[in-house]
Amino acid sequence: MKPPPFSYHDPRTVADTVGLLASLDNAKLLAGGQSLMPMLNMRYVLPDHIIDLNRVDGLSYIKPRDGVLEIGAMTRQRDIEFSDAVAERCPLMAEAIRQVGHRQTRNRGTLGGSLCHLDPAAELVSIAAALDAKVTVAGKSGTREIDFAAFPVAYMTPALELDELLTAVTFPCWPRGHGYAFVEFARRHGDFAIVSAAVLIEEDKSGKIARASVTLGGMGPAPVRAAEVERALIGETIEEKRLREICESLRKLDAIDDIHAPASYRQQLATVLPRRALIKAHERIAPEGWP
Amino acid sequence: MSDTRQIAVTVNGMRYQEIVPVRVTLADFLRHQLGLTGTHLGCEHGVCGACTILLDGRSARSCLMLAVQADGHEILTVEGIAPNADTLHPLQEAFRDNHGLQCGFCTPGILTTLLELLRDNPDPTEEEVRIGISGNLCRCTGYQNIVIAALDAAKRLRGSSGASQP
Repeated sequence: MKPPPFSYHDPRTVADTVGLLASLDNAKLLAGGQSLMPMLNMRYVLPDHIIDLNRVDGLSYIKPRDGVLEIGAMTRQRDIEFSDAVAERCPLMAEAIRQVGHRQTRNRGTLGGSLCHLDPAAELVSIAAALDAKVTVAGKSGTREIDFAAFPVAYMTPALELDELLTAVTFPCWPRGHGYAFVEFARRHGDFAIVSAAVLIEEDKSGKIARASVTLGGMGPAPVRAAEVERALIGETIEEKRLREICESLRKLDAIDDIHAPASYRQQLATVLPRRALIKAHERIAPEGWP
Repeated sequence: MSDTRQIAVTVNGMRYQEIVPVRVTLADFLRHQLGLTGTHLGCEHGVCGACTILLDGRSARSCLMLAVQADGHEILTVEGIAPNADTLHPLQEAFRDNHGLQCGFCTPGILTTLLELLRDNPDPTEEEVRIGISGNLCRCTGYQNIVIAALDAAKRLRGSSGASQP
């Protein structure tokens, strides 16, 4: 099993990368290679050109800024896993990333690669949806920002023009001490989730939910924000019986039916995992900040 | 099409200057061009972990990298773990003593993976070891003796580093 023939390019700047993308036909960007390389080895993709991003300057960083965390597209998943800034400001991402593949794949795999590959069950894709991330994209006509909600346009297809590449992702951070939990059901550790739930909550002083973000991964081509449930949670206290009622509505969500699980199984998980995640998130709320 | 490139890599402390076709994976380069057949290829699509090497000290699947991408980098394969031809590394000794392998096909990938794990976490729990090797498939042992060997190796390595540090 060998990759098909291609021409190899390893630009050093974003501008050169955009230039190559604009001038070459049938080109594929190579980030961490943890999805594209298997696809090449199995010849699912037959690009004429591979543009390797691994030597492009300035795409690997984790920058905490005012209320947000900006992460370069080529930042390795492993660096996110071990980042103090991520643990402090986006603990949801820190929790989810430990379930992305394995140590060996996280050492190479990148944030941008995962978001652009856009596997429906990928953990980082769900986290970007849960946190209302914005992606920064560079192309021939300059850079632009896209709300992550508008980034997936179809199954495994990001809203990128042919001459564009993802350069950075900005994650708005929730206040210190918020509740968070990422819970997934997978057959084995490191597998893609069959269904995952990413939850963020804030409670007021009386313990009532003041703000909630509930995201399901693995249900359809892109993660689903459960807006109805998010609204229903406002003003509620975390109590298992009530959560059961609220989350029951998630059974109506469309779900894919595949070799891993029938749709009805995913819909059942969609009612269970958010409830578990909400309970876990509530237990982690720490008004004084986490230890 | 046979695009090629010249690359310079350090493998197990040895410097190599080689011409490689750009589409050759790092795993095939190590095995076919450098003759380092200790790195095994099971699935060639990033699932089995047999081809794990250390790239600049970090474990990576060598079937999921192109050889050209290794230009300027340092690689450690299973051949480079032992300090010399007559002495096994404590990790290898622990595998021998605890029957941590049967057919041995997965062993090169498991050893390189554990080398990184035990370097970063010298006193892992059993669960941490199991999660650490979750990206490596073994079809013989049922993992039991691999985990026992890894924990034993951790103990040996802690002992030896303790002894060498005043």
